[in-house]
Amino acid sequence: MSYPADRKYTKQHEWIQANGNTATVGITDHAQEELGDIVFVDLPKIGAELTAGKTFGSVESVKAVSDLFAPVSGTVAETNQELATAPEKVNKDPHGSWMMKITLKDAGELNGLLSAEDYEKFVTEEGGH
Amino acid sequence: MSAVEAATPAIRKTALNAVHRQMGAKMVDFNGWEMPVEYPASIGCGVINEHMAVRTGVGIFDVSHMGDIRLAGPQALAAVQHISMNDASRLAVGQAQYSAMLYPQGTFVDDVIVHRLGEDEYLLVINAGTREKDFNWVRDNTRQFDCAVENVSDEFTQIAIQGPRAVDLLQKMTEADLSAVKFYWLTHGTVCGLENTLIARTGYTAEDGFEIYIPSDEATGARLWDEILAEGKEFGAIPCGLGARNTLRLEGKLPLYGHEISDTINVWEAGLDRFCKMEKPEFIGRAALEKAKSEGLRRILIGLEMVERGIARDGYKVLDESGREIGYVTSGSPAPFLKKNIALAYVPPEFGEVGGTLKVEIRGQGVAAKVVPTPFYKRPKKA
Repeated sequence: MSYPADRKYTKQHEWIQANGNTATVGITDHAQEELGDIVFVDLPKIGAELTAGKTFGSVESVKAVSDLFAPVSGTVAETNQELATAPEKVNKDPHGSWMMKITLKDAGELNGLLSAEDYEKFVTEEGGH
Repeated sequence: MSAVEAATPAIRKTALNAVHRQMGAKMVDFNGWEMPVEYPASIGCGVINEHMAVRTGVGIFDVSHMGDIRLAGPQALAAVQHISMNDASRLAVGQAQYSAMLYPQGTFVDDVIVHRLGEDEYLLVINAGTREKDFNWVRDNTRQFDCAVENVSDEFTQIAIQGPRAVDLLQKMTEADLSAVKFYWLTHGTVCGLENTLIARTGYTAEDGFEIYIPSDEATGARLWDEILAEGKEFGAIPCGLGARNTLRLEGKLPLYGHEISDTINVWEAGLDRFCKMEKPEFIGRAALEKAKSEGLRRILIGLEMVERGIARDGYKVLDESGREIGYVTSGSPAPFLKKNIALAYVPPEFGEVGGTLKVEIRGQGVAAKVVPTPFYKRPKKA
């Protein structure tokens, strides 16, 4: 699967798609593939303050728990309720199954993240697929 | 080779390693063995699919990392009786039993399946992570018996064929009459042209199934693996990794060394009483177990089912209703067939009553769980 060029990526395998002052966050195809069958997504409460690089929730496969890391700082505006009952959607459509929408604190933080091309390179070099 | 490299033992691989990689399996280090944890979704696998295949059809596992110790000689039975807690004298030739080897304090060296291969010949199948420890233990504690002890672990590739259709699949590949082999019995027969193959109706999935022991060269392993999968297509056979092996055994409450049993947990705590024959006059650990029984239990192994949203994991704390720490989870996971989040945990006996409410601490939060009967899953009896 290729990584959409309309968003940025982190080395912790999240994607973030900004639209003005807000942004949508999810995990990458590589992340879902590494995790395997996703059975649980734990997301923050609306209004929670996020700090870039700090954990904001977790995603669990049958066999393991993985932390989710905030790509940038901001405030949680909305979470994807659908994932509470159908977490497997993240496996099926990782780049479409968003996890939360945030209000950005500093849009400039986005500049420090990876482009689709750089992320793909990073994943390949990390010994992925 | 540098000193550092020499000190770190190389990761071990089974004869099927290349086959797993070719199939796209995710490989992990399991007790020093590079093993498939799951096969890719692109070929219909993944832990959940693999688990369901074994519950509803048939799944194939490479379990060559398991160790094998052969005891043979006039006093083989006496040796086995001395080092194991079950009563091997009850075994007919061709029969197997679940058992365990204990330390003098009544805690576990390892759990084992004891197979009686011949009049004076036994095969102990042991865990991968404890292979060397177990072999040394058996050798050192059977010196007084007229019996040869051999580590034959590297002689076999061991393939497990598990699930309600396992018998149909394996029967296509052997002329041995499998209907005559009951659960926990074994036979020898030709499988895919391999003469005198050990076929045991055993497994670690809480399902019907077989484990076959074939020569450990790569070519033979690859040929059998491919043939089993090809012949199994009509039954929905897929390859299964350690991920599904773990969830399957957890649903069936089959203990895992280092989790439900260990060198600090005794037989009574682990609830394995029915495999421990105290009427046997002597075996290592017996005296300590007798004493432990009279003193009463400080903790017991219970089954938990999460009531609130959350998944208990190995090592998580168990709390009482007031939030006080009372024990810990030994194994916890989503149960793919039962579609519940389940766990095994050690708690003081007073908290073990079925129906009681406890909590599991998940990321700092006490999440409600109820005590449920175990095993969580029991395979349906054949009509």
